[in-house]
Amino acid sequence: MQHVSPVREPLVTGGKTYHDVTQDVCRQVEAAPNIRWMGALSVALLLLGVFFYSVYRTLWYGIGEWGLNKTVGWAWDITNFVWWVGIGHAGTLISAVLLLFRQKWRTSINRAAEAMTIFAVICAAMFPVLHMGRPWLAYWVFPLQNTFGSLWVNFNSPLLWDVFAISTYFSVSLVFWYTGLVPDFATIRDRAKGPIAKVAYSLLSFGWKGSAKHWSRYETVSLILAGVSTPLVLSVHTIVSMDFATSVVPGWHTTIFPPYFVAGAIFSGFAMVLTLMLITRVVFKLEDYITIEHIALMNKIMMITGSIVGVAYITEFFIAWYSQVEFEQYAFINRATGPYWWAYWSMMTCNVITPQLVWFRRVRYSIPLTFILSIIVNIGMWFERFVIIVTSLHRDYLPSSWAMFSPTIIDIGIYVGTIGLFFTLFLLFAKFFPVINMAEVKSVLKYTVDNGPTYTGHDPHHSPQPATTHGVPVTASVNYDKHD
Amino acid sequence: MTKRFALGIFEDEDVLLHAVENVREAGVKIYEVFTPFPIHGIDDAMGIERSRLPIAAFFFGLTGLCFALWLQIYTLGFDWPMIIGGKPHIALPAFIPVSFELTVLFCCHGMVITFYTISKLYPRWKTPVLDVRSTDDKFVMAIEVNENTDMTKLSQLLRDNGASEVNQKEMSKF
Repeated sequence: MQHVSPVREPLVTGGKTYHDVTQDVCRQVEAAPNIRWMGALSVALLLLGVFFYSVYRTLWYGIGEWGLNKTVGWAWDITNFVWWVGIGHAGTLISAVLLLFRQKWRTSINRAAEAMTIFAVICAAMFPVLHMGRPWLAYWVFPLQNTFGSLWVNFNSPLLWDVFAISTYFSVSLVFWYTGLVPDFATIRDRAKGPIAKVAYSLLSFGWKGSAKHWSRYETVSLILAGVSTPLVLSVHTIVSMDFATSVVPGWHTTIFPPYFVAGAIFSGFAMVLTLMLITRVVFKLEDYITIEHIALMNKIMMITGSIVGVAYITEFFIAWYSQVEFEQYAFINRATGPYWWAYWSMMTCNVITPQLVWFRRVRYSIPLTFILSIIVNIGMWFERFVIIVTSLHRDYLPSSWAMFSPTIIDIGIYVGTIGLFFTLFLLFAKFFPVINMAEVKSVLKYTVDNGPTYTGHDPHHSPQPATTHGVPVTASVNYDKHD
Repeated sequence: MTKRFALGIFEDEDVLLHAVENVREAGVKIYEVFTPFPIHGIDDAMGIERSRLPIAAFFFGLTGLCFALWLQIYTLGFDWPMIIGGKPHIALPAFIPVSFELTVLFCCHGMVITFYTISKLYPRWKTPVLDVRSTDDKFVMAIEVNENTDMTKLSQLLRDNGASEVNQKEMSKF
């Protein structure tokens, strides 16, 4: 006897069986690349070309190719670095924090969001490494003794903390993501027809067979990785914010930065997840897995974190006034009314007003509006970092050294290029890897199906149940109004 | 060594869970159960002991923490002390971020490497499986059999417990 739970909404719509999940997710992995994917990949590769050209110019001629000057020593590079790292945070939040909170809806989106994390961190890492000017000496950031003497790295420096935070974050996210992928690679391996696919997915699947013992360990590993990744993700953007907060630059030297940056990171990350998911679900016909309910939930998280960010902006202003420090006050007046007023007001409009529209149910459940909002939020969050970095630096203590910053074509090229790098990686992932975690989605398929009393141990008098269909019957009506 | 297996194919995880209990009750040793996703409660049903990976993870983390503290205190405090920003050589609060990150790094990688090692999971050219559907939508109970096994009885036991098919398979290397 199965009946649909009257209180829980289905996580996966369309009455899918376990086999349907496998079919739907493996479809694009097994099919020949379609024309839309090829088209998207060509655009991404073109932008990747722009990236390589800009990097070549930067390395060959030095960072004089960038628009930096003596006063504004950090601008687009660090803006882009913080922007990309922030985007990455949503992936870990979805896979780790929502796992700890037992939010089962995350199963449809965690795989792609984690992939986004990894690719975003790769893009982010490009900026500090290129800013070094001599990236082939990048290993000097690790605690290796200086070749010419006995110097070690400075463990008191937030920039060094960043090295440890980002590399730990990247490698742990990669391992978390890969461990989750192993069972799904096994599914693809067991379905593979071609000899190359057979070998490739056999190698990728690490010989996974899905035995109960392995699943038991797998679950333990996932839980601990989630438990450890949660403070890790918070620490990463906290440390990124300390790059600024531990300095004595007006506009940077504030204790509010760590929580403010973390909220901003999750805000922008969810915006990027929404942008990607809205495209992915349509292109790969996964509307039954990434449902309108998922979109509404992500919108809500975007609204909450966006509001935190809004409060932080206002608090910063208040504290600048309340501190009675003239330089601090000027830094903020200059942000809002100085030569970069347009950046400040773009940031305020995109990040403070936009998320408030999500209070409206019609906006939250509208796919085109959500898509536009997610793009606006990403633009706004880019401006936030630009405002924090450039407006704080360009007019510092000494008016004689005030300067303006304007990006060169190479600055723009590297930024646009990393977008190309990101989408190249994401498109390759979406084609050859399962974009949805099949095993986890299968495990929540019966979420809304009540199978009578839960299994609580052995009952010798219990007669075996007849095999029934899985998932929610196609005819079950889905009422999205219930919780609103 | 060629092993022979009787495979009970189940369509539903709840049916499998009861079947596992009943088959073990009947005194039949289950070799392994292969499922497309983790099933809650199967550990108890199969008598799988709780994994000690969390303990391993804790000690890996502890190792990371000790290493990080040693590294920072030794390099900045003893090997080449320098005055940085007028702070003490061993400025413990400034060492917190790196200590935390290395704790996490060691904990995660140590645990994951242990997991892959003890589970004997590593890249292989070919992966023989008992039933390819066990990674798709079927739940496979494997029971090791030999010439003396009464197959009709075993088959009947599995079917009585809800198996939709009972197959036999020989594996040379498993």
